Formats: sequence, C-alpha cells, structure tokens
Amino acid sequence: MFGFSALDLARIQFGFTVSFHIVFPAITIGLASYLAVLEALWLLVKRPVYRDLYRFWLQIFALNFAMGVVSGLVMAYEFGTNWSYFSAFAGGVTGPLLAYEVLTAFFLEAGFLGVMLFGWNKVGPALHFFATLMVALGTLISATWILASNSWMQTPQGYEIIGGRIVPVDWLKVIFNPSFPYRLLHMTMAAYLATALFVGASGAWHLLKGRDEPAVRKMLSMAMWMILLVAPLQAVIGDAHGLNTLKYQPAKIAAMEGLWVDTPGEAVPLILFGLPDMAAETTRYAIEIPHLGSLILTHSWNGRVPGLKSFAAIDRPNSTVVFWTFRVMAGLGMLMILLALCGLALRPGGRIFRNRLFLRVALLMGPSGLIALLAGWITTEMGRQPWVVYGVMRTKDAVSTHSPMALATTLGLFVVMYVLVFGTGVGYLVKLVAKGPSIHDDPHPNEAEIPHKRPARPLSAFPDRPDAPIPSGGTR
Amino acid sequence: MGIDLPLIWIAIIGFGLMMYVIMDGFDLGIGILFPFVRDHDERDTMVNTVAPVWDGNETWLVLGGAGLLAAFPLAYSVLLSALYLPILFMLAGLIWRGVAFEFRFKADENQRWFWDHAFAWGSYIATFFQGVCLGTYINGFHVDGPSYQGGALDWLTPFSLFTGAGLIAAYGLLGATWLIYKTEGDLQRRMRALSQPATLALLAVTGVVSIWTPLVHPDVARRWFSLPNLYFLIPVPVLVLATSVLLLKLLRGDAQLRPFLLSLLLLFLGYSGLLISLWPHIIPPSVTIWDAAAPPQSMGFALVGALFIIPIILVYTTWAYYVFRGKVRAGEGYH
Ligand code: HDD
Ligand code: HEM
Ligand code: HEM
Repeated sequence: MFGFSALDLARIQFGFTVSFHIVFPAITIGLASYLAVLEALWLLVKRPVYRDLYRFWLQIFALNFAMGVVSGLVMAYEFGTNWSYFSAFAGGVTGPLLAYEVLTAFFLEAGFLGVMLFGWNKVGPALHFFATLMVALGTLISATWILASNSWMQTPQGYEIIGGRIVPVDWLKVIFNPSFPYRLLHMTMAAYLATALFVGASGAWHLLKGRDEPAVRKMLSMAMWMILLVAPLQAVIGDAHGLNTLKYQPAKIAAMEGLWVDTPGEAVPLILFGLPDMAAETTRYAIEIPHLGSLILTHSWNGRVPGLKSFAAIDRPNSTVVFWTFRVMAGLGMLMILLALCGLALRPGGRIFRNRLFLRVALLMGPSGLIALLAGWITTEMGRQPWVVYGVMRTKDAVSTHSPMALATTLGLFVVMYVLVFGTGVGYLVKLVAKGPSIHDDPHPNEAEIPHKRPARPLSAFPDRPDAPIPSGGTR
Repeated sequence: MGIDLPLIWIAIIGFGLMMYVIMDGFDLGIGILFPFVRDHDERDTMVNTVAPVWDGNETWLVLGGAGLLAAFPLAYSVLLSALYLPILFMLAGLIWRGVAFEFRFKADENQRWFWDHAFAWGSYIATFFQGVCLGTYINGFHVDGPSYQGGALDWLTPFSLFTGAGLIAAYGLLGATWLIYKTEGDLQRRMRALSQPATLALLAVTGVVSIWTPLVHPDVARRWFSLPNLYFLIPVPVLVLATSVLLLKLLRGDAQLRPFLLSLLLLFLGYSGLLISLWPHIIPPSVTIWDAAAPPQSMGFALVGALFIIPIILVYTTWAYYVFRGKVRAGEGYH
C-alpha cells in the first residue's frame, strides 16, 4: 500500500494511536494531583477560591479523562491486534503487568471517578476528598505499572527463554528493571510539568483578557511555583536517565547525539546542531562544543561514548529523528526553567500578574510540556528500534500477519476518527478553559452548577414562535 | 496435584467478561434505546442514570483483555488477530459513545444532535460487532501453532451477523429494564412497553442460536444431546423459558427492580449455555485452555493480585452504585 509494508503500517498505527493516547493521561495524571491539592486546601483553609478552582478544573478533568479512557481502550487491544507475535512471545511478562494495572489502577480510578465528578452533594466532604485522592492515586499507580512494562521492554531482565517464549523467573527483577526508576520519575514529572504549563497558560490568557480575579491569579501563581520546582528537577532526572541509557542502550545514546565514530581516549564533543545522515554514516553541518558531550553523558572530562559505527547497520536506530526529538525535549526543558525563573523574578509587587510579555510567553508555552513529552517518547521508542524487547526480539518479528490493505483501511479509519473526535474534544476543552472559573460565594455550590442545565424545552418539536410558518423538512 | 492455574484463570476471565456483558450491556442499551426517545430532557435523564458508572463498567472489558494476555497470551494474540476488523470497529463504536457522554453536555445546543447520534450509533456499532465477535468465536478459528491462518474477512458469516443483531436485542432489553428501575413517569412507561418486544426478540434469538449451533457443530450437538449430559443441561433452556415468562408477566405490572434482575438472569443463562457448548476450548474448535496457558510463573503472580483485589473492587464498585441509588429525575443533571 503506497510502498508501505505491513510492518511500517502497523508501526505507524501504533505510534499514532499511542501518541494521541499519552497526551490525555499526562494531563489526567497532573490534573488529578492538582485537584487533590486544591480540595485539600479548600477543606483546610476554606477559602472559596480553592473551591471555585476545583470545580473549574474538575470539568476539564472530566472531559480529558473520557478521552484518555477511550483512547486507552484501543491501546489495550492493539498489542494483540498489531503485535500478536510479541504478545504470544512476551505476554507472560507484559500481560501480568497490564493485568495489575487494570486491577490496581483503572478500577480504582473508574470506581471513584463517579463520586468525584457527580458526588459533591451526595457524600460528605471528607468522603468526597477521599474519592479525589483515590482517583489521583489511581493515575499514579497506572503510570507505575505501564512504565514497568515499557521499561522492561527497554532493559529486560529477570526472565528466561523456555520453549520459544519468555518466562519470568524473578518478578522483582522484571519490575525493578534498570531503567524503570528513571523512566517512572521522568514521566511523572513530565506529566506534572505539562499540566502546570497548561494551567499556567490558562491563567495567563485570562489575565491578558483583563480578567484579573483572585482565582485566576491563584492558578497562575500555583502553576509557576510548580514549574519552578519541577522543571529543574526534571533536567536532573533526565541527566541521570541518560547515564542509565548509556549503560544499557549505548546505540540509543549514540543516535541521540549523532555520534558516528568511536575514538577511545579522546573526549566526545556535544553536537549542538547537525543533520545525522543514516546512509552516509555521518552528521552533516555539525556545530560542536568540545568535551561537553563527555561531560554531560559520562560526567567526566574525557569519558568515552561509543559511536553508531560500532553497531551493525541493521542494529542502528534512526539518528536523524531521535537526534532532533531529543533536542526539542531538552531545549523546551531549558525554556521551562527559564520561564519559571522569570516568574520568580517578577513576583515582588505582583508584577507577574501584570507583565504582558511574561504572560504572553507563558501562554505560548502552554503546549510545550506536551510537545516535550511526545518528543521524549519518540526518542525513547525510536531509539529502541529495531528491537521491541531490547536485544531479545526484533520489531519485524513481532508484527501480526495482516495484509497491508487491512492495516491501511484501519489506519485511515483511526486517523479520520481521532482527528474528528479528539479534535472536537480539545476544542470543547479550550472553550471550557476560556470560560474561566465562575465565582460564587454561596455555601451550596450545586445550585450554581447551572451551565449545563438547559431549560426544559417541551415544545422544541414545534416552531419557536406560534405564528411562524411550519417548516417543511428544511433546516431551521 | 498442584493447583490448576488455567482453570482458575478461565474462571476469573469468564467472570470478568460476564460482568462486562451485564454492566456495559445496560450502558450500551441506553444508546440502543436513544432512537426511541426523542425528548431532550428524557435523553439527559437516560444518560444521567449511567454517567457516574459507565467507566467502571467498561473497565471489565479491559480486564478481560489484560487477563487474557496475562494468562493465555496465545489465545490473546490469535483471537485478536483473527478478529482484527470487528474488534477495531467495536473499539471505534466505543470511542464515539464514550466521548459522547461528556461531549453532549459540553456542545452548543445546535451541535448536540450530532453527539446524540454519535452516542446511539456508537452503541449500535459496538454492540453489533461484539455480537459478531461472539458468533465468529462460536464458529471457531483456523489456527496453526501460535498463528492465525484464516483470512481478514473470515468473520463475515450469516451466523455472526445474526449474533450481532441478536446482541442488540439483548442489550436493548437490559437498557430498557435498567431504565424501568431508574426512572419514573412517562419514560418509565415507554420502557415497560419496549421491554416486551425486546424480551420476545431475545427469546427468539436465543432459540435460533441454540438450534443453529448444534446443527453446524456436531461437537456441540454431542455435548448437549447425548445422555446423561442432557439430564444435567436441560435445566438451562427450561430456566430461560421460565424466566422469560415471568419477565413478561412482571412487565405488565408495576415491578421496579425485578424486571432488570430477570433480564440479567436471562443474559447469564445464555452466557452459561455458550460456556457449556465451548468448554474447554479457548480458541475453538481445537485449542484448549491448557494448550494456550501462560507460564505458571506468570499466571501465579497475576493470580495473587486478582484474588486479593477483585473483592475490593467489588466492594467499592457497589458503594459507588449505592451513592447514586434511587430514581434519576428530569433536570436533575449531575453535570
Ligand atoms: C508498554 C509498552 C509501551 C508503552 C508504554 C509505550 N510504547 Fe511506544 N511502542 C511500544 C510499546 C510501548 C511497542 C509495542 O513495543 C512499539 C511498537 C513497535 C515497537 O518497536 O515498539 C512501540 C512503538 C512506538 C512508536 C513507533 C516507533 C517506531 O516504530 O519507530 C512510537 C512513535 C511510540 N511507540 C510512541 C510512544 C508514545 C508516545 C508512548 C507514550 C505513551 C509510548 N510509545 C509508550
Ligand atoms: C502503550 C501502552 C499503553 C496502554 C496499552 C495503555 C492502556 C490504557 C487503557 C486501556 C486505559 C483506559 C482505562 C480505563 O478504562 O479506565 C488507559 C488509561 C490511562 N493510561 Fe494508558 N496505556 C498506555 C500508555 C500509558 C502510559 C505510558 C501512561 C502513563 C505514564 C498511561 C497512563 C494512563 C492513565 C493515567 C490512564 C487513566 C485514564 C486517562 O487517561 O484519563 N498510559 N491506558
Ligand atoms: C531538560 C533536560 C532533559 C533531559 C536531559 C532529558 C533526558 C531524557 C533522556 C536521556 C531520555 C531518553 C531515555 C531513554 O530512552 O533511555 C528522555 C526521555 C523522555 N523525556 Fe526527557 N529530558 C529532559 C527534559 C524533559 C522534559 C521537559 C519533558 C516533558 C515535559 C521530558 C519528557 C520525556 C519523556 C516523556 C520521555 C520518555 C519516557 C522516558 O524514557 O522516560 N523530558 N529524557
């Protein structure tokens, strides 16, 4: 089908659906924790601004959660539909991990979600807070299991191959595989960062529009504190993650850095910009800083990093892509730190709420967390190629035997549907954000929850004015 | 003798799938009934009866998938490749109806009809293709070792199309009796009226499947109609008949909860009938649960969690239903 093999199409399909999916969980993870903090503050200090913010972000959370669930449902089945040989081979490891995710996380989230969304007046405040906490906890547990599974595929251990399939022999080793702690921390922080940037951008937007209200200020301020805390932490974790990857997946690091030749004893430069060329086995137009590569990647002045040429051509990941996705991620990470520092500098005298340049930049940076997160995942996943289970099973051996025709049909279906459904959904999400938190001081919040209670329209089947002509089939 | 892990696991997965069928069954039923209800506020009421719980109901489907991957990876990979297209169509349906829960409340008045349609169509498509998968499953698969050998369209048979349509009747009945329980007044009256033809349709479908399957599959015929099996199995069809008669009678009266419970029982009986026909195959007609089992290390590890956690899940799920007990009234939007 247009020169794509079944393998290409299966990969495109998986990459497409999982990339859509991960955007929603990232915001879900971040918002769930944010909502838990807001509700705790409301219960503790009883300032209405916390309750208003809670109810505002709760609506956005609900919408986002629904999209996360339906896109995730697809993922849980795609392992079988698209990667059946992988599932048959490694299901003994990934299956139980996914099963634990369902049992300990998805049910927890789903079970308490109803009460969290609709139960404000049906249960007491403590119980409602408990529901919020359980949902937040569920999102974090979910991340833990799925990342254990993904990390095991990156750095497998604790298994044996018996009778042509993977048999787990030490579950602790399987779960706490070498890259798991780094990936879990890095991804959780990425979710928090992405959410904080999104919340901050919403606050900035309202301030730019002249809605200078306590709830809006609070939202911007909380977000900026969060970014100030998490963005530098993320860089430190990412750095440690890189050291770990150098140890277990050196080819991935070489591809990320666009390094081709191995020069023992000599320091590795940092290539700031360049265009890795897979066919010519070189990185064109490279702008280098000597020694910095060694310093960053090995934490020593002359540390050695193997080049891509030390790996057989069929074992090399695509450097052209991961070189750039890595730079997008790390570059945006630096910008986030900068943003947070500017925010800190502008705090005295509340200039942070008035400086229009700062607010515009904060608005612009709204999606940057999600972009960095996607770029990070593409780096990780494409850097793992050509393996599904690193060093154990190749991606080409994992794919199901569907015809390119069947795969192209379903890929087309997914693309059209995802763009339509999730595009509209994100549109509604932005609309909700643009409405802003509503302010009310009444002690019975639910009466004010009018926005979606439309007046009953018992006569809606009839013309709105009695004297209007009866429409005959046409659109009104 | 050690513990028969595959046996325990098939029981867990069977339980999960049954929970899915009966719980998401009435959610999907709401969508199936949408075309029969025109009024905006009544539609809101219908959706609000399940809005707080649908996500949890659907999670049983995820558990079915994950449990299958954990305990029977071979079955997971073969079944999902064989059912590739119907499963993806089912997922597509579930996406539309899942987002419609939220979107129809967030959309402008003039876009709402679109999401109402998406909700109904999504429910029909998801249900139909679940039924198609079921029919294909009963028909069996062409496998060789770990791989599916059939074609991409093998699922497209008259029998599976019939089971697809049949499942729409089943979920429609569940949805209608659920609404009898959760609503009142005019809406409830109409649901009572709709439940009667739905019951008859379900009965007819069950009858046809019960005759069609043994005719085509001699193994199934032997299982049911040989002695002494017949003596043990005869209660199943008898109970189906008795339940249907009782249900039809209750529908003419003023019962609130009982029609729903009886339709659950009907679905449960149909489900057990199927299990009896197919046992012990996990990929009919030849691969048994023992052939397809994961390594004991995988099954054992996951089992510890399943046995501990499923009871806890049942407790807090029950609690969530309890919080939202009682009738849902028009305009009493949770949103
Ligand atoms: C538990 C496993 C798992 C998890 C959590 C993820 N992936 Fe992944 N990903 C795979 C398991 C996997 C896979 C099944 O193993 C694929 C399919 C082919 C392959 O080699 O890896 C893959 C491929 C794959 C590709 C195609 C790469 C290629 O074929 O060259 C992309 C773009 C992504 N993934 C992106 C993501 C994103 C954005 C994720 C964030 C959630 C993500 N992956 C999480
Ligand atoms: C490719 C691998 C993945 C699969 C198979 C997968 C599967 C799923 C499924 C089936 C759901 C819906 C659960 C429900 O019904 O409630 C879901 C939701 C979720 N997933 Fe994923 N997922 C994947 C990647 C990830 C990653 C990498 C993360 C986070 C680090 C993640 C975090 C979540 C969270 C927090 C939810 C909760 C609901 C929401 O998204 O709003 N998932 N996932
Ligand atoms: C600022 C400095 C940063 C550094 C040095 C860094 C480092 C890394 C490295 C080395 C990897 C690849 C790990 C591997 O595959 O083995 C990675 C992956 C990733 N990064 Fe970053 N990162 C940084 C910032 C960010 C930011 C700001 C985000 C998002 C907001 C982010 C999100 C991710 C994600 C989602 C992954 C894939 C999951 C994983 O492997 O952990 N990173 N990062």
